[in-house]
Amino acid sequence: MPREANISNRLAASRGSFNRALLVPAIKDAFAKLDPRVQWRNPVMFVVEIGALLTTIFTLRDIVAGVRTMVALNIQLALWLWITVLFANFAEALAEGRGKAQAETLRRTRSETTAKKLCDGRVQQIPASQLRKGDIVLVEAGDIIPGDGEVIEGIASVDESAVTGESAPVIRESGGDRSAVTGGTRVLSDWIKVRITANPGETFLDRMINLVEGARRQKTPNEIALTILLIGLTIVFLLAVATLEPFALYSGAPAPVPVLIALLVCLIPTTIGGLLSAIGIAGMDRLLKRNVLAMSGRAVEAAGDVDVLLLDKTGTITLGNRMATAFIPAPGVTEEQLADAAQLASLADETPEGRSIVVLAKNKFRLRERDLGSLKASFVPFSAHTRMSGVDLEGRQIRKGAADAIEAFVREQGGSLPAEVRDTVARVAKEGGTPLVVAEGARVLGVVYLKDVIKGGIKERFAELRRMGIKTVMITGDNPLTAAAIAAEAGVDDFLAEATPETKLKLIRDYQAKGHLVAMTGDGTNDAPALAQADVGLAMNSGTQAAKEAGNMVDLDNNPTKLIEVVEIGKQLLMTRGSLTTFSIANDVAKYFAIIPALFTVTYPELGALNIMRLATPQSAILAAVIFNALIIIALVPLALKGVAYRPLGANAILRRNLVIYGLGGLVAPFIGIKLIDMLLVALRLA
Amino acid sequence: MTRKLLTTARMLVVMTVLTGILYPLAVTGLAQMFFPRQAGGSLIARDGQPVGSALIGQSFMGPGYFHGRPSVAGKDGYDAAASSGSNLGPTSKELVATVAKRLAAVRTVNGLPAGAPVPADLVTASASGLDPDISPEAAYLQVPRVARARNLPEDKVRSLVERNITGRQLGILGEPRVNVLKLNLELDKLSR
Amino acid sequence: MAAINTDILQIALFLALLLFLAVPLGRYMARVFSGERTFLDPVLKPLERLIYRLAGVSDGREMNWREYAATLLVFNFLGMVAVYLIQRLQGVLPFNPQHFSAVPPDLAFNTAASFMTNTNWQAYSGESTMSYFTQMAALTVQNFLSAATGIAVVVALTRGLARRSAKTIGNFWEDLTRSILWVLLPLSLLFALVLVSQGVIQNLSPYLTVTTLEGGRQTLAMGPVASQEAIKLLGTNGGGFFNANSAHPFENPTPLTNLLEMLAIFVIPAGLTITYGRMVGNHRQGTVILAAMLLLFVLALGVVYGSEHYGNPTLRALGVSGPTAMEGKEVRFGIANSSLFATVTTAASCGAVNAMHDSLTPLGGLIPMLQMMLGEVVFGGVGSGLYGMLVFVILTVFIVGLMVGRTPEYLGKKIETREMKMATLAVLIPAATILLGSGLAAATRAGTASILNPGPHGLSEILYAFASGAGNNGSAFAGLNANTPFYNIALGLAMLIGRFGVILPVLAIAGSMAAKKAVPPGPGTFQTTSLLFTGLLAAVVLIVGALTFLPALALGPVVEQLLMLAGKAF
Repeated sequence: MPREANISNRLAASRGSFNRALLVPAIKDAFAKLDPRVQWRNPVMFVVEIGALLTTIFTLRDIVAGVRTMVALNIQLALWLWITVLFANFAEALAEGRGKAQAETLRRTRSETTAKKLCDGRVQQIPASQLRKGDIVLVEAGDIIPGDGEVIEGIASVDESAVTGESAPVIRESGGDRSAVTGGTRVLSDWIKVRITANPGETFLDRMINLVEGARRQKTPNEIALTILLIGLTIVFLLAVATLEPFALYSGAPAPVPVLIALLVCLIPTTIGGLLSAIGIAGMDRLLKRNVLAMSGRAVEAAGDVDVLLLDKTGTITLGNRMATAFIPAPGVTEEQLADAAQLASLADETPEGRSIVVLAKNKFRLRERDLGSLKASFVPFSAHTRMSGVDLEGRQIRKGAADAIEAFVREQGGSLPAEVRDTVARVAKEGGTPLVVAEGARVLGVVYLKDVIKGGIKERFAELRRMGIKTVMITGDNPLTAAAIAAEAGVDDFLAEATPETKLKLIRDYQAKGHLVAMTGDGTNDAPALAQADVGLAMNSGTQAAKEAGNMVDLDNNPTKLIEVVEIGKQLLMTRGSLTTFSIANDVAKYFAIIPALFTVTYPELGALNIMRLATPQSAILAAVIFNALIIIALVPLALKGVAYRPLGANAILRRNLVIYGLGGLVAPFIGIKLIDMLLVALRLA
Repeated sequence: MTRKLLTTARMLVVMTVLTGILYPLAVTGLAQMFFPRQAGGSLIARDGQPVGSALIGQSFMGPGYFHGRPSVAGKDGYDAAASSGSNLGPTSKELVATVAKRLAAVRTVNGLPAGAPVPADLVTASASGLDPDISPEAAYLQVPRVARARNLPEDKVRSLVERNITGRQLGILGEPRVNVLKLNLELDKLSR
Repeated sequence: MAAINTDILQIALFLALLLFLAVPLGRYMARVFSGERTFLDPVLKPLERLIYRLAGVSDGREMNWREYAATLLVFNFLGMVAVYLIQRLQGVLPFNPQHFSAVPPDLAFNTAASFMTNTNWQAYSGESTMSYFTQMAALTVQNFLSAATGIAVVVALTRGLARRSAKTIGNFWEDLTRSILWVLLPLSLLFALVLVSQGVIQNLSPYLTVTTLEGGRQTLAMGPVASQEAIKLLGTNGGGFFNANSAHPFENPTPLTNLLEMLAIFVIPAGLTITYGRMVGNHRQGTVILAAMLLLFVLALGVVYGSEHYGNPTLRALGVSGPTAMEGKEVRFGIANSSLFATVTTAASCGAVNAMHDSLTPLGGLIPMLQMMLGEVVFGGVGSGLYGMLVFVILTVFIVGLMVGRTPEYLGKKIETREMKMATLAVLIPAATILLGSGLAAATRAGTASILNPGPHGLSEILYAFASGAGNNGSAFAGLNANTPFYNIALGLAMLIGRFGVILPVLAIAGSMAAKKAVPPGPGTFQTTSLLFTGLLAAVVLIVGALTFLPALALGPVVEQLLMLAGKAF
């Protein structure tokens, strides 16, 4: 399958945040969302819509009745109120639109395939869409796996690049952690029997499409809490403006209804109200950009709260591959002989371990690389069956592999594993290294000591997390001594050695009992309980179906380090919400100074003293405030979609920063904005 | 449910007896024991007859007495059973008019020219309507009138006022002031 | 200028003494409500047991929030019924030397609601309406009980915030009894005697008639004043024995009593912040709140004092010399102590007055009004001030806390939908009551007919009345004739809604917070113990609280100030 066909690349193709293709449908959607039944879901903007409607009615009535005094102002007010609603709708539609476009791409991936259903031992060709849970299908080399399922028989290499973007084929076999297969992926060699585990429409691919599309998007807990606050503020301001009329009547300064509506719309938190759902959608979208699928918005929010990260040592903290650091020869073998054989066996081995052996041999014994072709050697690649690799040349059979695999190999040749080598293997393993045994024919030459290598930059990353108040815990099967050494080297806060699924689960529960929120990654079936228990469980897409079901996020790239990014995205989502809320509320101060003097200046010219912006006329002041209120929504759409700038800092530093920008900025910006709009309105003779 | 309601009712009765009967009676008893004069109203007697309370202002209209603050307590002012202020607001025409009228009156009885400054406390109604005090400035302003009416040298009256100035309590609290009733009692003594 | 220096010195002295007294009192109260030993135990423990036995309170079993709220409600409403009945029956009850007859039903309802809710709004004139028995057995009792109720609620909320994974928030009877026995009664007893020593009367004699120097007759109202005065201030009740309240020389005879009365108003609310810090296990949590209160208070005081000191230019133009704003003020208190008292009594939901607020300069009157509209959270009523402020703390944590990128949490507990719902209600209900009530009054003849001062000031009178009622303050722009069926009923309802419309959500918050687990704080936690938080809290109180009322205030005191400066009158 061509590399470009995988989902992540296709998603990348649809990723431009403001490409023209998205704008047009978003504009259309903005109008469609004017439907009160849709608008009702957003109470703040619903109030604005009602206000716009009332203003329109009042204006029309005035026009019909021939009242000409305020018509020009009222028409403009009505227009801008509608625009306010449309801007908010547009923001939401735009955020949704990106998801929709991505879902389209995914749909194209889901090709109609034929399944070889096994019925009473006979193969029956049926369309994949007719498969049901529990059906058993045969998939042979070259076939596309027709649905999500579990391998029940056989072993095969599978190209999963369609879902993961990873071009290297993976082994899928019955039993164990490598039994899950995803619909849409292709079997490259051998054959497998698969029991289908998902009905059509419920497959992983389908769920992805649903998620991306936001079809079943529910408000997250924090979003609901914020909405309640916004509704509360809206009600308070509604009452404040509604009761202003009797006060104004008492004062002999009746305020026209459209102007009161304008005041109301300016005061209620339309900025955050209009952008709230866009922020939420954009948060999930940002995860998707990093090829992480969140099963719910709730999970994204929880990610922001996480303060304990459980990180698997291998692949997250250390390079998944280990490096050769020593040659430990068997009795009667020199170190150089061992190095020579190991180098030969690794020359064609392109894995990092293999490369590291060649490098070590060169460094230690100046053994230069030799060309296998000129040596007339043939490379024996690693296979799932033999679990060894090596080289055959001129009658020599050199193999390297795990101790038990090599033992089987030499035994076949009539040799045996010497006790000393067995001890070395045990010692290396105990120290946290990986012993790789090298043999030539029936003779065991010794052990290559492969050691964990900490990923570059990871220590700094952990320091960063610490500053953010997040504790890192390394999970490893190593013994405590080794684990402690690696933990210290990597700079994690804590470690869990000799981890088993049970101890992992217990660790999570212990942290949660102390009030912490825990995030972890996992891929094996035995990770499933822990993934389910964790507040954020990031399952690797290469993992088992059980793991993916248990977690609340799936990483398509199978990169456990991404957990850190997930946390950052969660934080950014919450920060964006908070910042825009603060901004929205702080805006009100300036709007008061614009509208209140304008409202009553006829009756009480003395109130002109409050017109500190020196806005030209009452009409221009009111209009300027309403226009600013509308424009600020559209101006903040990119911020809502992109999220506020995120820096890995402690809470206090972040707070100070955001307070200055969004709190203070929220106070000051409208004073400037309204004044400018007012000047423009006067220049254009609109008020 | 009934039991809970009963508990509530009993609690209310117990608390009423404790805080509504025992507590005030205890305070009354202790007050009468330790501070009988104050507890009874800090009454001032002349010739065995109570003439008022040292704390409560009373109405003085005649030229021979120092006048207290305007009072709106009761119908004629200084009704110590009907304490009250005027409650006139700062932009009340009535307030402005009343103050203007009082200013004119003060200026007339004290022989001051039109527009002469008059301390605010002499032309504004007190909060309680029973304010026993006036400012030293307000007292000094009245000295010539009182002296003339009583046929006393101004100096003598002035020094009487001086002696009757109550300074700030503990040297810092409140405002310097003159208790009008006490001053007038002293004045009566002086004239006798 | 010397006068200003003395004024500032007096204000500074007041604040210094306040902190000096509040800290030890706060610590003491923390011991009382945590059930730790105190020096008064030998006397009070047996008394406490006796009360429980007499009342039939079986044990100190803890209550969940619903039970706590239900007990509190029933107890309070039963108390209200008792106050109503005593007023209606005072003609046949003892201690009635002036032979006052039954209080009319609407006024009796208003007064009952008023004293039960710690508002102590007085649509009556004490010395010409209430018998000594009514003053003692009905009004003084509710002075204690409403104050104790407020303290109980804040103690319950504190427990709710401090506890983890708990179902209960305390026992109402215990909290009530302990706050009366250990806090309110001893302080009142002591304070009452100090007041008497300065001249506050305390007797059960009939009114005394004297012949004045000029030969007139003056009737001196008498009564058990000091005992009620003490709890009136300590319990932030504010209902005066006399109509003129703390301006009356028999209630507040000297500058010293004035200072002590102001301290009495603030000492428990300020002390409770210390209590709170102790009970939640981090004294800084309390001091940041105290600091925010102080900050808002000093700002408010600055405006009131500045405005009163500047005075009324219209009167100055007539030739009035010295401080012009002396209408409705007493000479012994002057501008500084009247401004300070007005700010104190409305910051706390006390409502006692030593000057007539209706006669304050417009800005001087705006601040008291605003402080009540903010929900009486600047010190506030005993208990109610702190629980009101904690609602704002929750709002602040929610709005600002989101900005650090975590679900907002307070004391390690997440602020979620339920808490937001309740906190929003607690802010919304009183605000709505004030706005709707004043709107109704401004729109109806029944409302506007009671206005004394026409023009914008009349609107201020209405706004003030409902702010005072819903905020459970009780002070008034007393020119408004509030003893009408309309105001008696409307304000009575406003007081009830303003009181329980906050208490119930607050107890619900206590219940839901108690059940939560707490996350230990870390560098990623939004800190609620910093000076920054103090500023943020004050800002949220001002912005969320004040913005609601700005349009109304603009048509009332704001425009009046501008008109006054322009020399206009109505």
